[in-house]
Amino acid sequence: MPEKNAHRSLVGQLLILTVAMFGFGFLLVPLYDVFCEITGFGGRTNPEAAVVAEAPDLTREVRIEFVTTVNSYAQFEFAANADSMTVSPGKMYYATFTAKNLAGEHKIAQAVPSVAPSGAAEHFTKIECFCFTSQEFAASEERAMPLQFIVNPELPDYIDTITLQYTFFDTAPVAAVLEN
Amino acid sequence: MIRNLLLGFSVLALADTAEADWALNMPKGVTELSLETYNLHMMVFWWCVAIGVAVFTVMIISLFRHRKSKGAQAATFSHSTTAEVIWTTIPVVILVLMAVPTAETMVRMEDSRNPDMTIVVTAHQWKWHYKYQDSNIEYYSSLARSSVEARRKGTDIDPYSVENYLLDVDNPVVVPSGAKIRLLFTSNDVIHAWWVKDLSIKKDAIPGIVNEAWFKTEQVGTYRGQCAELCGKDHGYMPIVVEVVEPEAYQAWVNSHDAGH
Amino acid sequence: MTRGIKKMTTEVMDAHDMHDDHSPAKGIKRWLFSTSHKDIGTMYLVLSLIMFFVGGAMAMIIRSELAIPGLQFVHPEFFNQMTTMHALIMVFGAVMPAFVGLANWMIPLMIGAPDMALPRMNNWSFWILPVAFGLLASTLFMPGGAPAGGWTMYPPLVLQTGDAFPFLIFSVHLLGLSSIMGAINIIVTVINMRAPDMSLLKMPMFVWTWLITAYLLIAVMPVFAGAVTMLLTDQFFGTSFFLAAGGGDPVMFQHIFWFFGHPEVYIMILPAFGVVSEIIPTFSRKPLFGHDSMVYAASCIAFLSFIVWAHHMFTVGMPLTSQLFFMFATMLIAVPTGVKIFNWVATMWRGSMTFETPMLFSLAFVFLFTIGGFSGLMLAIAPADIQYQDTYFVVAHFHYTLVPGSVFAIMAGTYYWLPKWTGHMYNETLGKVHFWTSTFFVNLTFFPMHFLGLAGMPRRIPDYSTQFADFNTMASVGAIGFGVSQLLFVWVLLTSKKGTKVTAEVWDKPPGLEWTVPSPAPYHTFETPPKLSDADGFH
Ligand SMILES: [Cu+2]
Ligand SMILES: [Cu+2]
Repeated sequence: MPEKNAHRSLVGQLLILTVAMFGFGFLLVPLYDVFCEITGFGGRTNPEAAVVAEAPDLTREVRIEFVTTVNSYAQFEFAANADSMTVSPGKMYYATFTAKNLAGEHKIAQAVPSVAPSGAAEHFTKIECFCFTSQEFAASEERAMPLQFIVNPELPDYIDTITLQYTFFDTAPVAAVLEN
Repeated sequence: MIRNLLLGFSVLALADTAEADWALNMPKGVTELSLETYNLHMMVFWWCVAIGVAVFTVMIISLFRHRKSKGAQAATFSHSTTAEVIWTTIPVVILVLMAVPTAETMVRMEDSRNPDMTIVVTAHQWKWHYKYQDSNIEYYSSLARSSVEARRKGTDIDPYSVENYLLDVDNPVVVPSGAKIRLLFTSNDVIHAWWVKDLSIKKDAIPGIVNEAWFKTEQVGTYRGQCAELCGKDHGYMPIVVEVVEPEAYQAWVNSHDAGH
Repeated sequence: MTRGIKKMTTEVMDAHDMHDDHSPAKGIKRWLFSTSHKDIGTMYLVLSLIMFFVGGAMAMIIRSELAIPGLQFVHPEFFNQMTTMHALIMVFGAVMPAFVGLANWMIPLMIGAPDMALPRMNNWSFWILPVAFGLLASTLFMPGGAPAGGWTMYPPLVLQTGDAFPFLIFSVHLLGLSSIMGAINIIVTVINMRAPDMSLLKMPMFVWTWLITAYLLIAVMPVFAGAVTMLLTDQFFGTSFFLAAGGGDPVMFQHIFWFFGHPEVYIMILPAFGVVSEIIPTFSRKPLFGHDSMVYAASCIAFLSFIVWAHHMFTVGMPLTSQLFFMFATMLIAVPTGVKIFNWVATMWRGSMTFETPMLFSLAFVFLFTIGGFSGLMLAIAPADIQYQDTYFVVAHFHYTLVPGSVFAIMAGTYYWLPKWTGHMYNETLGKVHFWTSTFFVNLTFFPMHFLGLAGMPRRIPDYSTQFADFNTMASVGAIGFGVSQLLFVWVLLTSKKGTKVTAEVWDKPPGLEWTVPSPAPYHTFETPPKLSDADGFH
């Protein structure tokens, strides 16, 4: 029957479309990541080390403020050694953070970075950061952690202060706590 | 139906001119940007009224004149390119007229340059935490005691007997007038939103992410708001109070806070 | 004359068919195993009506609690369960199945097809629904209660759901599956089974809008299924798509959700556009103005619906350029939507109108949906949206588009085609009473919500400051009145077979092939494809 065949091929095409769209839903995850890194959407910065050539623009000053938040489920102390610093775009800078494991046992922590305003995120590049990987802490260990970064000279004029926030999570209990 | 609409519109129009206590409209707020936002809101509103009046007038005329009971004979036309081109282009023009001032305001909202002070707002289920970046002042801000007792199911307390029922906190945010205040938002658990309508600020507080907003006002006063993103069972019970005070009073508050610690 | 004879012959043929083994099975089997588009259409519509009352009962609980300040009846947890379940049930249980029901009944009759293309799949896609809603309803009795994180299911909050969580996800999967199967069926039917001389652009508007809707469903339902699957794996299998602690991003869920969610709102309104585009010409006694531009406008709306999703997220902290893009794209939707409204008004212009119940509902649709459209335009203005977002202004907006929008269109369609289904005229007086009470109360319920939102009342709260009391009381009175009015609707439906017998045409020369088959429509119709010239409205 020609009608049955016509149905079958159209149903086939529509099923392919359905499966493709289901896949597209998952594909949105990496696409979103790429999109965020390009545009700085959601305050997202680069998640891996980047190589950037220095081209200092000494005529301009940008204030970098560090904000640290320790998730209440993480038994840690975590703070920037200096609350803020003034930098020139295109020049490499170092900052140091100190974290201390308050628990009497081995812990794995993850620092999650975010930049505000969101228009600044794409212009804030981390060369080296403790946030690229999760960090292991022995019981009661205290450790200094380095950050090396550069502010892109293309930073829009309407931004003169960049806030870099780290939220410090204990990777283990979050899932368990969420269930409560 | 038509009467309802007209009533609604006239009431809203009235509220605009009369500034009644009976809050019907968006407040003008106390910052430049909240006023601009209000003006944008009213501009779009009046465009909508104008378009609505035009479309509904034609429709109502038609409903009365072109009815069978009045002996109307149906015409047979079913398209008119001229008419369709007109009612596609005119809305486009109106939209452009709306979009231009809106975009200008949005650019100004993004301009957070040269803040005088920064407060980090961290949302918790179900309270706010404020940390003044430039001093060591930090504290939690929760629903005021008076409301805590009155909000319970089956309580004898009449909500009307509680001043600022559900809109009062134990520790308000205190800021000086005339200063540009930058707020940074993040969350400890789920997503919340910090909303104070008179400041025209509503920003999501999201775990792992920092968001930014700012305001500056000369008007001393107390401004109230609430959490605006569903955040669990006590979402309705995490109000916000911002007290804008004279700079000297602010300094006194800072000093007393330091003394208290 | 010729038309009369043709109609008689189809009648005779159908009467003959009734006697062979194609007649419906008896009793429960007829419904359980039905592959008839008419029976399945009826089941969809009945299910939708039941769900409308279940979701409505939840709305009554919500509005009772909100009638005066203070907490009187329910705890905040349960209140949140009610708002969440009300939304899920109304969206997936009442509005969407009602339109699928109308599509099942009417699309084959409108395009001259004997049935849907895939009758057995049609049966499955219906019967999945009661199972899904059974699962969803059972969560009310689970430890931790029903889902309470809002129908938008934002993580991390939704991950705090109790035992109900996997059931929520699974029922959403089932609902999506059912919708996709229904959509595939509709597309195949429309593409392959039209009467030979019905070109695509000759299709009635209801068929057109459903064809576009079906494609939207196939495009976004799987994405939604993917999003909730990721929630599931985040909760149980250690992934962190949306968990900040594991390197995920909670905001990404909102992007994926609204990529589905915005087209979803057009899934609920495009078929409504189709219904009123059928009704207004009939009672204006004039052809639909700008049929082709209506098709283009609907397609345009469908396309734009994919690129505006972040207008639901102006407060999450997006860069300026993204905000501007989503704002402009959203504003643009006003253009094709405006075209639709202007075309309906132009259809009425210089017509010869009468105001039977279906027409009354359609006219209210045009008025009140336009109000919802206006508030939608206001919401597109990003700085103002920051003030409106998550307040009762938004609640007012989407209820205007969904209740006097979608639901009124469903009621209009029901009154319009009911005589075709039953063979009898419903009680017109009661129908009109139902219309006027519904219209009065729907406005009393939802109009004050605009003011509440502007005055600063957030949505999804069980209790509020005393300054919001007056309008809340008004809205609660309106809601109860609207609820009671719907009992009248049920009464009209139940007694509809008592009315006078109707002719095949029912109304005054309505356009469309569905009016060439007898009333009630026999079990088998269009076993031989009809000629378009048999019907009014094609030229
Ligand atoms: Cu909250
Ligand atoms: Cu949308």
